[in-house]
Amino acid sequence: MNETPFSAIKIGFWQRLSRNRLLLLLLSLLLFLLIWQVLVIVLNLPGFILPSPAEVGKKFIDVFRTGLLWRHFSATLGEILLGLLFGISAATLLGYALSKSPLAERLLSPFLVGSQSIPMAAVAPLLVIWFGPGLLSKVLICSLTVFFPVLVNTLVGLRDVSPDLREVMRSLRATPAQTLRHLEIPAALPVFLGGLRVGASLSVIGAIVGELVASDRGLGFLINVGRGQYDTALVFVAVICLVVLAASLYGLVLLLENKVLSWQTWRKEV
Amino acid sequence: MTLSPSEIALQVSDLEVSFVDSDGSLEVLDKISFSIARNAFVCIVGPSGGGKSTLLRAVAGLIQPKGGKVLFPGGSEGKALTGLVFQKPNLLPWRTLRDNISLPLEIDHRPDAEISSLTQEMIHLVGLEGFEKAYPHDLSGGMAQRVAIARCLVQDPEILLLDEPFGQLDALTRERMGDELLRIWNERRKTVLMVTHSISEAIFLADRVLVLTCRPARLIMDLPITLPRPRTDAMRYLPEFIEAARLLHEQLKGSNLPVC
Repeated sequence: MNETPFSAIKIGFWQRLSRNRLLLLLLSLLLFLLIWQVLVIVLNLPGFILPSPAEVGKKFIDVFRTGLLWRHFSATLGEILLGLLFGISAATLLGYALSKSPLAERLLSPFLVGSQSIPMAAVAPLLVIWFGPGLLSKVLICSLTVFFPVLVNTLVGLRDVSPDLREVMRSLRATPAQTLRHLEIPAALPVFLGGLRVGASLSVIGAIVGELVASDRGLGFLINVGRGQYDTALVFVAVICLVVLAASLYGLVLLLENKVLSWQTWRKEV
Repeated sequence: MTLSPSEIALQVSDLEVSFVDSDGSLEVLDKISFSIARNAFVCIVGPSGGGKSTLLRAVAGLIQPKGGKVLFPGGSEGKALTGLVFQKPNLLPWRTLRDNISLPLEIDHRPDAEISSLTQEMIHLVGLEGFEKAYPHDLSGGMAQRVAIARCLVQDPEILLLDEPFGQLDALTRERMGDELLRIWNERRKTVLMVTHSISEAIFLADRVLVLTCRPARLIMDLPITLPRPRTDAMRYLPEFIEAARLLHEQLKGSNLPVC
């Protein structure tokens, strides 16, 4: 009998913990760092193979203070944002056009699917040769990576708009522009945003692949520099920045989804 | 029964519709002719898959007929605004109840103040006050269909076209919605053309019942219902009601021989 209140408190604690997402996130990060630090100490690895979290932290503060990190981070961020802008715009426009013309879709789909089976890393050198080692080639590579998932999801989203609802719009004498605004865009949005979520994470990979091929700035360039100088801590700093960047972009799309798709019932429970 | 052109809301003459696909063409409507007086309530019954919905869509202008004419002699400039209610509510799931009802007005570019007052009026008419901010998935089948009717009525159509609007509701809700529909029709007189497959629903609601055959659909009966209005549940047991039901049932059975 005496144990009952104790176990009740215990369940309460775990329940509260499992609900506090931020705390859980911090906890898992802390655990990760701990295992990493223990690994470095136990295996007695030299810094250029596996730097300790402390070394990486110190490096981070160094490059942050000198402005080196921001210079390269902002370069990559710029490429990604421009790449997303062009990739998403082109994919959305083409997706809309293809959804209106099944013939064009059938003509183009072998190329679209084929282009997707070419690894971006293999095309990146070509694009660098054609468009130079500057911003343009990176933005192009990034756009191409984003392009396909967004295109496919735009197409699928628009094609799956309920024919019944289309008939409602026709019976209300809506113009094509009004049908787009009141029916097609909101109806295709869930699937479109799913594509955007994938595209946003892929955009980071696209930019880095471009930078690794040839560049004089960006986090990919920083990784190349760190590798050349056996400055593994610098590589870690760059990689962690990339992870944070990709996760933030993903999170932004999630936020957008929760905002514009709040009418979907299951979102209220999550 | 002869009507002057100004009293006729809808005149359908020799209407022919066929669907063409790769297998050839399918005759759906075969020279259908009838006219409906202004503010009359007319029901169409017929076997399912027989072309009743096609007839409504042709009247609504959603289908181009192969031959014949759909005329609105009493309408402004020979045209009339038709409003169509479907078997399913077909509400936009991302819009609240209020915003679903106001959609036709937004499409029509009405001023905001007018949109909001007309929408509120409709919500009151169909008795859904308090649910303005609910989304379609939170509504029962009967409520959702009321919203669909309100969305149609808010355009103030001259002719209301109803395509088995209560087909997906349970029997009790269906009867209640029938009463509701008559109440609404009584408040704002409209010409109503309604498709149903329920004989008793047709008799209870309509001034006239038209019977269509199987595909290609022909008009084989035009039965006036002389029961007084307002209609009450007790009328369902009057000899007149039962006689009408018997007549319609016989016609439908006869027409059902070539299976649709």
